[in-house]
Amino acid sequence: MPNLAVERWAKSSASAPDAPVVLTVEGTHGPVIHAVTKAAAERGARAGARLTDARALDPALVAVAADPEADAALVRRLAKWAGRWSPLVEVDGDGLRLDVSGVAHLFGGEEALVRDIERRFAHFGLTARVAIAPTAAAAWALVHHAPCICDDPEAKLAPLHVSALRLDADTIRTLERLGLKTIGALLGVPRLALARRFRGAEDVVDALDRALGRKPEPLTAVPAEPPPRALVRLEEPATHPEAAGQALERLIPDLVRQLQERHIGARRLSLTGYRVDGSTAVASVATTIASREPKHLARLLADKAAALDPEFGFDAFALTAKWTEELGAAQESLVEEPSGERELARLVDRLTVKLGPRRVRRPRAEESHVPECAFSWVPAVSSLRGGKATKQSTRGDLDCFAPLATTATRPQRLLDRPEAIDVIYATPEGMPRRFVWRRAVHDIARAEGPERIAPEWWRQPSSARLRDYYRVEDGEGRRYWIFREGLAGDGRGGAPNWFIQGLFG
Amino acid sequence: MARGLSLVAGGAVSTRSARAEPRPVPAGAGERWRLPAPSSPTLSELFAAHPRDGGWAGFLLAQLDRSKPLLWVQERMAILESGRIHPPGLPGHELIHVEARDARDALWAMEEGLRCSGLSGVIGEIWGDPRALDFTATRRLAVASERSGVAAFLIRLGGSANLSGARMRWRIGSAPSLLNELDQKAPGLPAWDAELFRARVAPPGRWSIAHDASAFHLVAEPRGRALGEVERLSA
Repeated sequence: MPNLAVERWAKSSASAPDAPVVLTVEGTHGPVIHAVTKAAAERGARAGARLTDARALDPALVAVAADPEADAALVRRLAKWAGRWSPLVEVDGDGLRLDVSGVAHLFGGEEALVRDIERRFAHFGLTARVAIAPTAAAAWALVHHAPCICDDPEAKLAPLHVSALRLDADTIRTLERLGLKTIGALLGVPRLALARRFRGAEDVVDALDRALGRKPEPLTAVPAEPPPRALVRLEEPATHPEAAGQALERLIPDLVRQLQERHIGARRLSLTGYRVDGSTAVASVATTIASREPKHLARLLADKAAALDPEFGFDAFALTAKWTEELGAAQESLVEEPSGERELARLVDRLTVKLGPRRVRRPRAEESHVPECAFSWVPAVSSLRGGKATKQSTRGDLDCFAPLATTATRPQRLLDRPEAIDVIYATPEGMPRRFVWRRAVHDIARAEGPERIAPEWWRQPSSARLRDYYRVEDGEGRRYWIFREGLAGDGRGGAPNWFIQGLFG
Repeated sequence: MARGLSLVAGGAVSTRSARAEPRPVPAGAGERWRLPAPSSPTLSELFAAHPRDGGWAGFLLAQLDRSKPLLWVQERMAILESGRIHPPGLPGHELIHVEARDARDALWAMEEGLRCSGLSGVIGEIWGDPRALDFTATRRLAVASERSGVAAFLIRLGGSANLSGARMRWRIGSAPSLLNELDQKAPGLPAWDAELFRARVAPPGRWSIAHDASAFHLVAEPRGRALGEVERLSA
């Protein structure tokens, strides 16, 4: 990326694109030009020149302080993004090196790959020069002097200037004085003579070998950030069950420190106990919102840790945050009172750890008219998220019942499975008069209905029968929700059956 | 024992035999009734008049705060016997539902919930008279509730009124609903028979009440006389 510094600056500032701007860094004798815009280059400014010299040529130059650290950070960020093309990406100064062996065919060949890379960088407003070569050094040389796709480095490199070998300025000057201006000329010299002449730190033979693939030059990939992990080793294997709990006391502060440094919070933690006999025991906990509060994590893990079976003894424990999320430094509040959302999330965590995610749940509205399908229960640990927006949406979610069903028309309690009841009715299609549920007789004093809920033909089998719901009140005032499944002679089974499904409050 | 601890003995279990005659339909809501409530949130115990009577839920929901989520703990037996809570029937309440294996888990979950100030209330349904539910357990709940300011409601389904640390003890049953103006054959606004048989802050009593959108009202009898003071029990 030859113009990275200028292009990054142009994106972040709002000045005219054709302004003659130079980015400067502080040198030993005043500001030195680090990068120049196109307009500035036309007025004689060059990277590496002193600002005063450039100003002498054109006093209209605008000098802006360069920010090499931000440039480097951008390159590192792009290196991760470049993982889309290759699994092995190395940051090399202001450029990236990608190992594309065996990768190009995924993008339709090497030409297509190069076009894709150029196009995507152009989207950011960054100019990328791309070259593909069998060796990393050759690719660097080609990128800086003649971007192309090359299979035969010797032929392609031969006409290039010796500076393409990334030698230092003194060596290049010496080579030029010797008349060895191109790499081709250098190749013509016997290796022994070259090696003898340039025996210093800058080894010309070595550079040549790397460029031509006679010597390997492995890439060092951008390190993928490992998950935060704290480890404690025990001198002697511990067989007592409290060992895990005691290890936690040392692991958690260590892990929390790592989380703090990286501004993240843990969503899923796992404590691994390493046994002496070559096996491991793992205890995992999940949190509802990202957390790095030592007390909270300790409470979550304490029970699980105590349940780890030492068998022949643990000799090491590791605590890993397997799933993390961004978590800025947050202060709960000035007074002691903690915020409700966070408290709630912690409560859900504690309940879930002890009772299991299937037992701590919250309702979610579903698109269905059938009462038992109109909502579903989802584990609270996965559905409850910190933040107001989510809170409002979950409530809004439930309020979408409101126009259809209110407290008056929907019961407050629903039996998990409708229970069959015996009903006496005046006429087959008429109001129920009396029903027997769990061997108790209920005389119906008042009833309202039917509310007909047709089967959902797009979801249920064609044999599903419609339901006529009645709200009934017995002589004592207890209110129930009962329904008749089917109609006499609807061709979907025999006589209609009656069920009780809910209790009103 | 801690200072201020009160031993609250249980009242008699009401064994109401099934009536042959249906109870008369009340005419409508009578005068306004103020719910006897403690000054700060505490533990209330609600006995369902019958395990298959959901009336207490209406009485309870009418007095709950909707600004914060609600933790609703149900013991497995309570779910089997009298059903699981039905979210569409509880609009406006943000719910977290806990299905507890037994009374011990349910009490533990309630206590955890009572330590969390992000809740508006904790409701726990316990079936029968489990051994875990003793005076100490209820006392713990009451103290936790008072410390955090989260209201706690212990619902007893098919249980007997044994020794308890609850500050308010109610027995709630459904009563014939109010007259439905639009359809005389249909149930109207729900009404309840509420009996406060132990309380610290208010004298015990028995009322027939209904709740419209804003407040509790005494239920007017068909003749127009309000139930209430007449049937007050002696404490």
